[in-house]
Amino acid sequence: MGEKLPKVPGDPDTLSRPMRTLRVKMVLLGASGVGKSSLALRFCKDEFRRTSPTVGCAYLTQAVHLREVTLRFEIWDTAGEEKYHSVTPLYYRGAHAALLVYDISKRDTFIRAQVWLRELEKQYFSGSTVLWLVGNKGDLEQHRQVSAQEGQSLANDRGLFFTETSALSGDQVEQLLLGVAHRVCECVGAQQGALSEWKETPHVDLCHRNTFNRFASCCKVGP
Amino acid sequence: MERDNHQVGETEGVKICDPPCESNPPADTLATSLSLLGNHMFPYPLETKHRSAVKEEPADSLSDVTAEEESLDGEPHSHQVTPLETEETESSECQNNVSSQQLDIENEDTATDNERSDSGEFVVTMLAKAKLEEQGLGVKGGSSPLLEAETQEPPAFMSHRDEDVTADSWRQHRKHVFVLSEAGKPIYSRYGSEEALSSTMGVMMALVSFVQSGDNIIRSIYSDGHTVVFLQKGPLVLVCVSSSRQTEKQLRGELLYVYYQIISMLTQASISRIFEHKKNYDLRRLLAGSEKILDGLLNLVDSDPSFLLVAVQCLPLASSLRDNISQILQKAITPNLVFSILIANNQLLTIVQEKTVIEDSRLEPADIHLLLNLIGASSAFQAGEIWTPICLPLFNPDCYFYAYISYLDPPECTVCLLLLSTDKEAFYAVAECKRKIEEAMMAQNSLSLIAKVQSYSVSQVGVSDLRHFMYKPFDVPDTYQQLTQFTSPEMEAPYSSEEEKMRLLDLYRYMHSRIHSTSRPLKLIYHVAERETLLAWVTSKFELYTCFSPLVTKACAITAITKLLRWIKKEEDRLFIRYPPKYSTTPNPSKSSRGGKSDQQDSTDNGFLSLL
Ligand SMILES: Nc1nc2c(ncn2[C@@H]2O[C@H](COP(=O)(O)OP(=O)(O)OP(=O)(O)O)[C@@H](O)[C@H]2O)c(=O)[nH]1
Ligand SMILES: [Mg+2]
Repeated sequence: MGEKLPKVPGDPDTLSRPMRTLRVKMVLLGASGVGKSSLALRFCKDEFRRTSPTVGCAYLTQAVHLREVTLRFEIWDTAGEEKYHSVTPLYYRGAHAALLVYDISKRDTFIRAQVWLRELEKQYFSGSTVLWLVGNKGDLEQHRQVSAQEGQSLANDRGLFFTETSALSGDQVEQLLLGVAHRVCECVGAQQGALSEWKETPHVDLCHRNTFNRFASCCKVGP
Repeated sequence: MERDNHQVGETEGVKICDPPCESNPPADTLATSLSLLGNHMFPYPLETKHRSAVKEEPADSLSDVTAEEESLDGEPHSHQVTPLETEETESSECQNNVSSQQLDIENEDTATDNERSDSGEFVVTMLAKAKLEEQGLGVKGGSSPLLEAETQEPPAFMSHRDEDVTADSWRQHRKHVFVLSEAGKPIYSRYGSEEALSSTMGVMMALVSFVQSGDNIIRSIYSDGHTVVFLQKGPLVLVCVSSSRQTEKQLRGELLYVYYQIISMLTQASISRIFEHKKNYDLRRLLAGSEKILDGLLNLVDSDPSFLLVAVQCLPLASSLRDNISQILQKAITPNLVFSILIANNQLLTIVQEKTVIEDSRLEPADIHLLLNLIGASSAFQAGEIWTPICLPLFNPDCYFYAYISYLDPPECTVCLLLLSTDKEAFYAVAECKRKIEEAMMAQNSLSLIAKVQSYSVSQVGVSDLRHFMYKPFDVPDTYQQLTQFTSPEMEAPYSSEEEKMRLLDLYRYMHSRIHSTSRPLKLIYHVAERETLLAWVTSKFELYTCFSPLVTKACAITAITKLLRWIKKEEDRLFIRYPPKYSTTPNPSKSSRGGKSDQQDSTDNGFLSLL
């Protein structure tokens, strides 16, 4: 299950060199209650908390340090409730990566993910966008309604990446974000200027709560 | 609870009673139908009032509640209390119909109505029967099915949504609110699931359309203990079944808040469009997840006098600090930003507005109430920065603003910044404004100063018999664009328990209804209740409600009010947002030449300085 992550060999040199930071827009789409906000919370704070249904869209950021570049993920965690459906294009337009999230214990959310997929393909899909199918709530094995094979074969058919996660236990969440980071570098980063550089303006430092690097240990070998 | 009130009312000779209405011959058939609905909703005899459309009083605006004030004239214009022509409340207006078994119809043409009732009656009766049989309660005449129903307390973990709608406890809720579509489809119920109540709502809709078929509008039904109020807004029908002793007008105002909260999420235009397209659309699809927001609103409506007064209470704050914060907001602007609002502990701290926006229209308190409820009702705003479409129904019911919402003090999440833009693409620019605001507030240590602020105690006024008050000043010419505000101390002993708080609010609601009565508005009411004495007073400058200990004399109360008014005058700058500053973000040169940002700021400074 999931993507095999490329191992990044340690390179002490990269640590001393100033690294470029590139902005990556990632959108989370899927039915209400599948765990998009819970995944986003895992990505950014490695926590699992009670959440309320999202209102409109929540914007969060998380830096991921790869060997040669730092990606600043700008995560648009959309609301799955139907009343927001009509405004969702506002949030997914121009995304470099889209996570189509469903709940493995609810078949209708799997159907819903496919509706989102169709909408993306129709309106916006470009070959360089990383589309990732995510079957969340992997911990609810006993209530599973969508098998992993089914998810995987949909992904294969439509050229998506696929991972099953659990925001509750944290299983595969970190790997998912890293996987997206690598794929974005490969698919999008290859095009000149596809990712804009992120310049920290001085005053942003003051409220710099979100850029700690939890991934340091697994992406690059620290001192 | 309601019985208690009733008794208090009688001992005091203040019977809160139904509005006057002429008795007409009973329309037996409709009466039967209504009593069937009554069997489900409440086991009391019923009396309906439905008037022809032309006679409907304008109840479309929340500000109507205050509009009546204009009809009063010749009040004292100073803050000095001048000789009082006191109106002691008496039971003289009470109607004979309170316990009447018959149905009174106030109608311009009763005869036609009776003829029509033949067909309508059938529908209503059938629907009502269907409901009652479904519940296995059978159809009884005037007697209460409650007597037969076993009292089963629902388990504590059940939410209101899972309540058994056939249970005794369900019926005994003080105030039910239902929203349905014109096609009779359930949309929202405050208690119990809409599905379980779909046939009840069907009956309600049948009633509405039955009366409509005679070119009338059903407005309310009175029974001994309950008032049923109907409000139709476009394709939505809102119904309130209340055993609180609030007036029809107050209840209709509350239904209007519910309607506006729905509009704030969906807009009026899109609701109309949806129902034009598909008459029996299930609006619950679009409102899924919003029940909590409506539940929260109804709880606030019951417990927060802001809704009754149609005014906003701001957080009391030293004017210098509020001024500083307003200026921070005023400086962090970007094109198309129209409102910058800071909220602390669910209370308004300050609001600054784009200049040209406010030139044409002012922000209505109700829109602020809806925003505050939206933010208070969900913890969703604690997750990062929110960018969401939102409609301010009184400002413009058909358009969305885009709201940037973010707490400035995670993880506590008590200070919330709300930036409203007309440009849906403006997220990054608006988020940048937040960073500037955050930075400036950090530099000035504003957050820790705000954290110390609390609402105030009535003891600070220094009047011994005064227990509580609500003071709402009216606009004065030089601040005509000001948001309607009021001030009120914390409710303290003996009003610290939920029940006692509610009892005091009910007394205020009663006083309010007398002051704003359509048929006989009063300027001054001195009301001796069992456990307290209340005095309400409305002038062209303010509206004041005070609550004293029971033994206070009239003379004492008047002296106390003079002192209170002096105290408020002295504390004015802390209790109210004065001269809300405006900024200009419109790139339109003709507008900005009339008063650019710097000009504006200067004049604001002067305004504040002149107060010192
Ligand atoms: N068992 C289990 N529950 C989860 C998992 N992820 C989320 N949940 C729960 O699912 C519910 C919904 O989670 P959210 O993250 O709010 O869902 P969402 O997709 O953001 O929903 P919307 O914001 O309404 O679109 C919450 O009660 C979570 O606690 C998971 O991996 N396993
Ligand atoms: Mg969410």
